[in-house]
Amino acid sequence: MGKVIYVLGDDISTDIIYPGRYMATVLPTETPQYVFGDIKELHEMLVNHKFEPGDFIVAGKNFGCGSSREQAVSTLRGYDIKIVAKNFARIFLQNSINLGLPTYICPDIEAEVGDELEIVGDKIINKTKNKEFALIPHHKSRQAIIDAGGLIPYTRKLLLENQAIEGN
Amino acid sequence: MGQTLVQKILAKATGQKEVQIGDILEPRVDLAMSHENAALVINQFQEIFKGTGLEPKVWDPNKIAIIFDHRVPAESSKTATNQKKVREFVAQQGINKFHDIRSDEMGICHQILPENGYVRPGYLVVGTDSHTTSHGALGAFSFGIGATEMASVWTLGRILNVQVPETIKIVVNGKFKEFVEPKDLILYIVGLLGAEGANFKVIEFHGEAIKNMNTSGRLTICNMTVEAGATSGIVPPDDETVRYLREVAGVKDEIEMISPDLDATYEREVVIDVSNLEPQIACPHTVDNVKPISEVAGVKVNQIVLGSCTNGRLEDLETAAKILKGKKIARGVRMLVFPASGRILKEAIRRGYVLDLMEAGAVVVNPGCGPCLGVHQGALGDGEVALSTTNRNFKGRMGNPNSEVYLCSPSVAAASAITGVITDPRNGG
Repeated sequence: MGKVIYVLGDDISTDIIYPGRYMATVLPTETPQYVFGDIKELHEMLVNHKFEPGDFIVAGKNFGCGSSREQAVSTLRGYDIKIVAKNFARIFLQNSINLGLPTYICPDIEAEVGDELEIVGDKIINKTKNKEFALIPHHKSRQAIIDAGGLIPYTRKLLLENQAIEGN
Repeated sequence: MGQTLVQKILAKATGQKEVQIGDILEPRVDLAMSHENAALVINQFQEIFKGTGLEPKVWDPNKIAIIFDHRVPAESSKTATNQKKVREFVAQQGINKFHDIRSDEMGICHQILPENGYVRPGYLVVGTDSHTTSHGALGAFSFGIGATEMASVWTLGRILNVQVPETIKIVVNGKFKEFVEPKDLILYIVGLLGAEGANFKVIEFHGEAIKNMNTSGRLTICNMTVEAGATSGIVPPDDETVRYLREVAGVKDEIEMISPDLDATYEREVVIDVSNLEPQIACPHTVDNVKPISEVAGVKVNQIVLGSCTNGRLEDLETAAKILKGKKIARGVRMLVFPASGRILKEAIRRGYVLDLMEAGAVVVNPGCGPCLGVHQGALGDGEVALSTTNRNFKGRMGNPNSEVYLCSPSVAAASAITGVITDPRNGG
């Protein structure tokens, strides 16, 4: 369970999530400081930790459109927040699976700042509004990467399996 | 059952006769491209090998391309250090498709790959850049991925998690009128489909206007398919593809051709006639906010940008030079020109385009991504307006959230440079 800390509209680009001028900073340990650099209120809320772990950011359609920059995911991954959107852009979604950022596809989500949300199975319950919204589950192969703890451990496992086969 | 071009490429890359829409595959990769963000890829690649007791070794150094383009020459010590780290890795791994900061090899990755013949019809190409869609112009299935995903490709030689996409067929009929260009077509298409209209889908281009379009124009339209959310754009390879690969890219070995089946299944078919298309402008702050120029003409601009992976090719510089030859850029307007590669810049110098542009008042800068993503040269001041031939106009894109960016063709950029306001090139600059 968590509270909605911010609501964003449609087509939030990776330039909004992680402005291009910070792109020379690449390490996941260093990117969180620039999160939503051009949305002052949201930026300050996150970097000053004015939220509870597990709180939500809710967005509209096509969240993470634009550039493939992985910083847009690692910057959010630096905070214990969940992202719910009506849908996501392809590269951002795959990056979030690969880095373990919790993303939820909820085409009909209705939520305002302060609402309490809970994820139960394949739906989101907005406890404040007393409404339920269906989630679109990640497909099996994406879930396998999530379950492995991200693409790095998942690839490491495949690498070792390949080595074992070649070794035989 | 009939297969689209991308289905055929994915079948080939997985050793199958055919693949079905929605199948999840792990195809082998023919070319894996990165730019400065290779610094992050290297970091993630080394993480994968941690604790395995294995020496980090890329699967095939001949199938990896690394091109410095986003910040050249380095604008900060941080970037310079990233570039240094990449150079060391390239030498250590024996990666030879490496393009460093030198005029005899440098350029924007989406120009370097085609002009060096690194991309061929039927290839599966991935790149850590969303505009990797460009290379569909040569009949490849080419798409953008993240850095960690690239680290996985460097390790395994395969890309995990590729879902066979649906394809939208766009048939483009008719002939372009004078001063109307491929850029206007793709802006029109992005406006038509919307920013997420082709999400998780491929756009396959057909029709007379595509057949008659050269590879530079095809690169422009495939480049911007991602602005409609598409995984990739693709043009079935034809005589023009072979001409480009032989004459421009200098390819000597055999070129394998591949084409979609006539009875392929498409998600939908869109037919466009370009005969009456007028110049198009993408207005702030989304690329799909596209209007015909008649609705935008007269907007005052402070900076004009000609260049980028979308419109920094020789034809684009030629177009602008012809309009600006003997004219002067309006006072109060600065025009920045970023050729897409060193080779293009040298040829533009030989042909006199650079002189024409400079005498008009334009500033010609070294090849690279320049101000397109606001990380290097040409940032905008508060309240300023840019008119640019690049591909994105998101808020803050050119380095300042308190500025506006309009997107246009090279003809519109050049005509507007003379007047200082957005100007229809058909009305004379």
